Parts: sequence; C-alpha cells; structure tokens
Amino acid sequence: MRRLLIATLLVSAAAIGYEILLMRVLSVVQWHHFAYMIISLALLGYGASGTFIALLRSRLEPRFEAAFAGSALLFSISMVICFILAQRVPFNALEIVWDYGQLLNLAVLYFAFFVPFFFAACCIGLAFTCRGSESSRIYFFDLFGAGLGAVLVIALLFAIKPQTALVLLAVLPLSGSILVASTLAVRLPLGIVQFAWLMLLAVGVPQAHLGLRISEYKGLAQALEVVDSRILKETSSPLGLITVVDSPTVPVRHAPGLSFGTRHVPPPQLAVFTDADSMSAITRFDGRPESVAFLGDMTAAVPFALLDQPAVLVLGAGTGADVLMALFHGASRVDAVELNPQLSGLVADTYGDFAGRIYDDPRVTVITGEARGFVARHVGAYDVIQIGLLDSFGASGAGVQALNESYIYTVEALIDYLDDLAPGGFLAITRWIKLPPRDSIKLIATAIEALRESGVSEPGRRIAMIRSWNTSTLLVKRGDITSVEIGRIKAFSRSRSFDTAWLPGMRADDANRYNRLPQPFIHEAAVALLGDKAGDFRDRYKFHVEPATDDRPYFSHFFRWRTLPEVMALRKAGGAGLIEWGYLVLVATLLQAATLGLALILVPLALAKQAWPAGAGRRFGFYFLLLGLAFLFVEMAFIQKFTLFLGNPLYSVAVVLSGFLLFAGLGSAASERFARQLPWPAVSPVTVAVAAIAVLALLYVALLPILFDRFIGLAAAARIVLSLALIAPLAFFMGMPFPLGLIRLMRVAPGFVPWAWGINGFASVVSAVLATLLAIEFGFNAVIVTATALYAVAAWDEAASRAG
Amino acid sequence: MRALIALAVMLAAPAVAGDPDYAALRTDLVDEVRAYARYAGDNPFSDDVLATLGRVERHRFVPPGQVRHAYENRPLPIGHGQTISQPYIVALMTDLLEPDADDVVLEVGTGSGYQAAVLAELVGRVYTIEIVEALATSAGERLQALGYDNVTTRLGDGYYGWEEHAPFDSIIVTAAASHVPPPLIDQLKPGGRMVIPVGARFMTQLLLLLEKGSDGEVVTRQIAAVRFVPLTGEH
Repeated sequence: MRRLLIATLLVSAAAIGYEILLMRVLSVVQWHHFAYMIISLALLGYGASGTFIALLRSRLEPRFEAAFAGSALLFSISMVICFILAQRVPFNALEIVWDYGQLLNLAVLYFAFFVPFFFAACCIGLAFTCRGSESSRIYFFDLFGAGLGAVLVIALLFAIKPQTALVLLAVLPLSGSILVASTLAVRLPLGIVQFAWLMLLAVGVPQAHLGLRISEYKGLAQALEVVDSRILKETSSPLGLITVVDSPTVPVRHAPGLSFGTRHVPPPQLAVFTDADSMSAITRFDGRPESVAFLGDMTAAVPFALLDQPAVLVLGAGTGADVLMALFHGASRVDAVELNPQLSGLVADTYGDFAGRIYDDPRVTVITGEARGFVARHVGAYDVIQIGLLDSFGASGAGVQALNESYIYTVEALIDYLDDLAPGGFLAITRWIKLPPRDSIKLIATAIEALRESGVSEPGRRIAMIRSWNTSTLLVKRGDITSVEIGRIKAFSRSRSFDTAWLPGMRADDANRYNRLPQPFIHEAAVALLGDKAGDFRDRYKFHVEPATDDRPYFSHFFRWRTLPEVMALRKAGGAGLIEWGYLVLVATLLQAATLGLALILVPLALAKQAWPAGAGRRFGFYFLLLGLAFLFVEMAFIQKFTLFLGNPLYSVAVVLSGFLLFAGLGSAASERFARQLPWPAVSPVTVAVAAIAVLALLYVALLPILFDRFIGLAAAARIVLSLALIAPLAFFMGMPFPLGLIRLMRVAPGFVPWAWGINGFASVVSAVLATLLAIEFGFNAVIVTATALYAVAAWDEAASRAG
Repeated sequence: MRALIALAVMLAAPAVAGDPDYAALRTDLVDEVRAYARYAGDNPFSDDVLATLGRVERHRFVPPGQVRHAYENRPLPIGHGQTISQPYIVALMTDLLEPDADDVVLEVGTGSGYQAAVLAELVGRVYTIEIVEALATSAGERLQALGYDNVTTRLGDGYYGWEEHAPFDSIIVTAAASHVPPPLIDQLKPGGRMVIPVGARFMTQLLLLLEKGSDGEVVTRQIAAVRFVPLTGEH
C-alpha cells in the first residue's frame, strides 16, 4: 500500500507541475491566455478518466496494479511526446480571422494536451475506485503531491529551462509506475518499456525535439530573422523567459513615439524580450547626455518640461529606459520598481558597462517588487510617477493582451499613485495609440474616475494628454494644472510636432495639427467623458472603454459583441486589425471545451446505458452540474483576484490551485463526520455547508480589497501564507457538497454515480473558461456572487428532494 | 450520389484542369478590391493602381503552399514571420503614395517583393531594402526573373535609407518601426509622401501617411485602413 501511496503522490505532483509548466511554456510559444485552456484541459482529463474507469471498472479492478502502472507510464511518456507533437501543430492565432482551419489546429492542440492529463487522472481515479477502503489516505497523498508539485515546478523553473523541467517531471510518474509494477509478478513487456523510457529520459531527449518553437510572429522570432542578429543571453524563471538580442548589422532602435522632428538618432541598443515578445531595449550610454538626447523628444518626457530636478518613481522599470530618461532630465532621485530581478540585473550587472552603470548612480535606487505593493507603502513621496510602455505594439494592437489581468491601469491603482505624489506632482502614463482610439480613451476615462473617487469635482483641470503618431502620454496632476504649466506643455508639444489631445481650456482645433486623425477623436472623447453624459458616451462607443477596476482588471479588453459583425464584414476591406482576437480565442476554447467534454465524458456514459430510479437522473444531475460550475467559478475568480496580491499570475495559479485542492480535500474528508455531528437533524448538512460557503464568499467580496490593500506590502512568503489562510475555510466547506451528495446518491441511485462524476467533470471543464469570460464582462465579484447563487440553488434543490 | 460525383469532380479538377486561369482570378480580385474601396474614404482607388493589381502575378510572390489562396483578398504567410499584404491594403498604400511615371521610390522591407513589383509598374525606379537575408535573396531573384528591371534590391539596414539614390519622391516602410527614422524624412523630397502600415502581422491597423511640405514641414495623417465611423454609432 505504501508504494501505491507514494506513486499517487508522484503522479499527482507531476500532473499539477505539468499544468503549471504548460502555462509557462504556452506563454512563451504562444500567448498568455492559453493558461485558461490548460486549466480546462486538466479538468477534462479528470472528467474523461472518470467516465472511462466507470465503464471499464469490472475489467480494470482485477488488474489494478497493472492498470495503474500502465497509466502512470503512459502519463510519463505522453507528457513528453504530446509536448513535442503539440509544438509541431502549425497553429497561428493571428491568422484565425482569415483561415478557419486554424480552429482545427487549435482543437488538435487542445486534444494533444488532454492526453497526458487523462492518463494522470486515470491513475488517481483507479486508486480511489479500486482501493476505496484507503480513500482518505489516498486523498491525502494525492493532495499533498499536488501541493508539492506546484512548489517543485516553481522552484525548478527558477533553476532550469522549462524543457529540462519537463524531463525531470516526467521521471516522477515513471518512478510511480516502477514502484507499483514492482509489486506485480514479473511483467516483462511493461518493464521493458519502463526501462527504455527511463534510459531515454536519462540519456536526454534530443534538445532539437524539446526546444521551444516560438510562434514566428512573436517579436523574438522576428528579431532573430534579421541578418546577423544573435542571442547574447537567455534566462528563464517563473516570471518569464528573458532573451537579450544583439543585431550589429541592423541595430535595434527602440524609441516609441520619437518626434519626427528630432535631430537625435538613438544610440545602439540591445533588444530584450520577455516571453519572446514585449520588446524593450537597453540603450548604450557613454556618460555624455547628448548621446541619449533622443530621450527628450518622446511624449513620455513631457513631465520633465514641467518640473525641475524632480524625485521620480518609475513603475515597471524593465530595462531602464525610463530611468535613463529621468537621469537625462536631471532628476534628483529615481526609485525604479521592477518585478523581475533578472531584468534589473541585465542593466545593473550583465550589461552594466553598456548601459553606462546608471543603476550605480547614487540618485538611483532599484527595488524588486510589485508596483501596487510598493505604492501602497509610500505616500506623498514623488514629484513624478512614470509608467512607460509595458507591452509591445504588436501585442497591444492585435488584442493579444485582452485577457491579461493588469492591476497597473485600474481606477484603484490610479488612486494609489495619486496618493503617492507630492502636492503638485504628476503621474505620467504612456500607451500605444490605436485607431480607432481605444487605450487613450480608456485611460482618460480611468483617470477621470480615479479623480472623482478621490473627491475631485473638476477632473478636467488636472488632466493633460499629448500624443505623437503612435504614443500618447497622459498626465494627471495632484492639484490643478496651472496656466504656466499649460504653456509649457504646449511649447513642449509644438516644438516636437506632438499634438495636445487634452489640456484644460484648450480649443478643439488645436487637437489635430501635426498627427492628424480622421477626426480629433481623443479630444472629443475627453470632452464627452468630462461632461454630463459620460456614461452614455461609454455605452455608445464601439469599443469597450469603461474604466478598468480591480474587480475587472482587463485594461486591454476592448471587445464588444455588437461591433463584431461590423468588423467581420469589414475584414476584407482592411478592418482585420479591429478584431480583438484574444477574446475570440477564449470563446473558441469554451466551445471546444464544451464539445470535447460532451464527447469524452457524457456521450460514453450515455452509450453505456446504466439504470437508476426514475427522477434521480434529473435531480442529481442538476445538483452535480451546479456544483461543478460553482466550484470552478470561485476557484478561477480567486486565481485572478490573488494575482493582484501575489504579483504574478503563475504564483497565483500555484498558490490558489494547491490551496483549493488541499483544503477542499480536507473538507471532503471531514464531510461525513461533519454530517454526523451536526446538532440539527432536520437541516441537511449540504445546506449548512452551503450557508458557510455563502457567508465566507460574500464576506471575501467585501473584505479582500481591504485586506489586499493592507497587506500587499508584506514579503512574498507572508503573502503566500496569508493567501492560503484566506482560502482555507472557504475551500474546506466547498469540499463538502460533492461527497455529501455522493453518499446520498450511493444509497438512492448507485447506477447514477458515474454520471454524477461525469456531469460534475463536464461542468468544471466548461466553468474554467466560462468563469474568465464572465469576469471580463461582469467582474470577479459577480462571478463569486453567481457561484454563491449556484451553490444556494443546489442546496435548495437537495433539501427539496430530501423533503420530497 | 450526385453529391458524390460532384465531390469526385472537385477533387479531380486540379489534376485535370492544370493551372487555374490566374488572369481571371486577378480580374475578380480587382473587382473585389474596387468594391471595397468605398470603405477607404471618399476617394476610390485610382484606375492605374487597380489596373496594376490586375497585372502583377501575385501567385508568383507566395510560397507554393499558398498559391491556391494567392488571389484571395487576404494577407498570406510567406515564412520568416513575414506576410504578403492583403491586396486591398497594397492598393490603399500604393494609392496614398500618388505614384508618377518618373518617380523614384524607396521601399524599406522588401518581403516577397510584391509591393515593389506593383510600384515598379507605376513609377520610374524602385529601390528596396530587406533585413531578412533569405527574403532579400529570393525577392531579388524573383523580381529579376519576372523582368522588373527597374527594381534594385539590397540586404541591409533601411534605417538610414539609401543615400546615393536619395532624395526620393516617395518612401514606403513595411518593416515594423517604433518611430519614423529621421534619416528617411531627410531623404524624402519636399512635397514627397511616406507611407507606413502599422499593426500586427495579418492585421494592419492603420496607415501612417507622412507628407513633407515644399517648405520641409512635416505633417502626418493616420488613416484607418477602413472607414469606421461613427464611433459612437447607434446601438
């Protein structure tokens, strides 16, 4: 038995490790939002394996050890093989609007990643089904393994490349397979395959097969196509794959929004890619200010035209461009906050000489941390807070970032930044411009909302926006912008051929002089947003320009369903760039999850024709459907909510996922005793558990923002512990309704048990993606409240059927 | 049964029929682009530009696997992370340059060479620079084989333009750029026009038209690839 328990732990650790690893890898080779696909896939694996085992139980049970060892071995093999195969699927998300065949590629990708999860889930499911008497111990090892896997993979990703981590992870289920098989009488074929696979893993799967095949349309792939370009350095961590590229023949010249009137050409730069995209640059600085004079001719430089020797805070310092800009303009102090120490290290150490040792300048302090957490700890300290361009234009333009939670550009974030400014200080945020305008307008709307919530009655007096042909910089002042400052902004803009999109008291015909839009859209939007009918304007605008909030932190989500038919019709007339495809890929993922869930979980069950008492199907089917939806709604909303607190989506996934697994597992294990010890025999234990869930969930809706605000400044370890402590009670009770329902079902209609698993699994698969879609539309709180309502309906239905 | 026969005929057709009638496909494509031209703004594309689109053999500029899509009004992958632009966008960009028969044009970003070929039909000389070696080589060979003697290709950095052939009547920059290279503005004749398509691959979002006045003053216009107003239209 001990061998089986250890094998379960190993398989479980590898499964969650693989899940997190795939999220990381897909962020590199494709884009971030495939994370949702992976979560849904892992659940599909569990759902389909439940059906598979239920249908073949009588044949599998006598051969339990062989079936477990075989599944674990297949899991290990498919982890690597499917990884290699999936990378060969020619999926191009950018082409999806032109070539519907890409949907088929997406489906193949989805299926390829499903296979390993199916085998992993088969192991766990077999252990539960065939060794039911030991289920609580199996449960413990399963959950402990999951937690261990999450920690292990994060640690591995700090030390080694994802593809090497993959090989190490594959050793875990193989070891599990060998452990369990060793209890069998000699099984030569299995042993040979185990040995051969072990040898292959040990000798090393050829790197050429495992190497990441990055989409050729991502920035890094394109940079490497340039003649004579080469990778100087590549480092990988859970925070991202950082690649430094030098291009001696066609030098990198990254100067977004550089005035076309400038006489200053940027000096040589090194390109730095995060996750093979989001290019930024390390600029060579030889100590002579004139060598980087181009930095004065960008829209982001406008705050320096207003203040002398300001104290500057740079949020998202990246590769130091904004720090260099602040130093160039004579800042008295520059605090540079950057989440990823590897990026700061490039400027401080690896390419320190190239970058002119700017991070050794006594005025500069580099802080490794998350922007919101840092700002929460400092009040009234800075004259300028600078937030530069944090994503690449290509990504920003195609709606790639649509699903990225970004807590940098929310109303609450802007309120924090404004609190952090000294009186008279400026917040400066630079964004790429799109046409028709989206970012700039949403940014203005967000600033207005933040000012209003801070009690400012006339926000228009505190805002200014200037724009070049491709960037806009928003200024928000702590205090009214003075006429002297207005004059300086105008002079700065005019001398650089920038336009003023909004200035207090400006005339409309000044808004569109040098960089002419078909209409002065941004100015008109600012006027409308500052007027009485702002809400009406936001509703009518063809893109989603409602301010982002911490509850709906999707700043880059501009998609509107009602605009889709129009842009699809215009796609051949040059309108393809208007389609926010990131959102559509998510919808496609939902449809695929639902289809595959039906095909792999429910249809096989239907074909098996189990029997149960009349009415039980409807009653219990509904119950388990609701539970599946509700559980994942809460889990997904928490993953996204805790991204703010933990500072990175991957940390959030690891902590929330393992927290929910662990504590829901404990709740599940305790549910029978809980039901027995309830002091109210007339009340269903499900009702009590759901009441506890509802109270806790609604309490969290109200309390989490306050708690996050208060504790976001803590060290990472403390935040992780606090996160787990917050998740624990809720997850504990959320673990109960399922086993409680199952216990009753076993009594009333045992033939329906596989269906209960199947329906619940299907609902989870769909729910993982649906939760994100709902969060984008309605916010996390709405998702949590909906989940609470679903739980309540399930409890009510259960109580009613009990009474009936 | 009839459907089966139809399917069999369809499957057999390419083998039986040989090459499709590319000229007819081009005519259809030109008709489609002309039909969409009303979305581009008040001025429809000039007849010269459309006639050129009807002459240049786009199927010779795409990889073998994409030939069957060559006359669809859509961008196509040409390898190396690059695309051949959507014909509609090519027409729009070419039209914005207002080409004259004796113009000297600089192109930065040769790609497959299709845009250079379209321009070569309309202007006196085209100089084109590409930064991806494989593309520079294949485009140069292709343009030569197709008889575009007035196109000169070069592998290298387009940031500093092509000094010995400057100034240019117009410049087209199809390579991604975070800013307009100042040296290119210098190499543009007074009264000249520069066009830069902006956006991700497969999804041109806008066209930047830079006009240099006779006094050297520069103004840009951002032209949506498609007319998409009113933005606050009816529900």
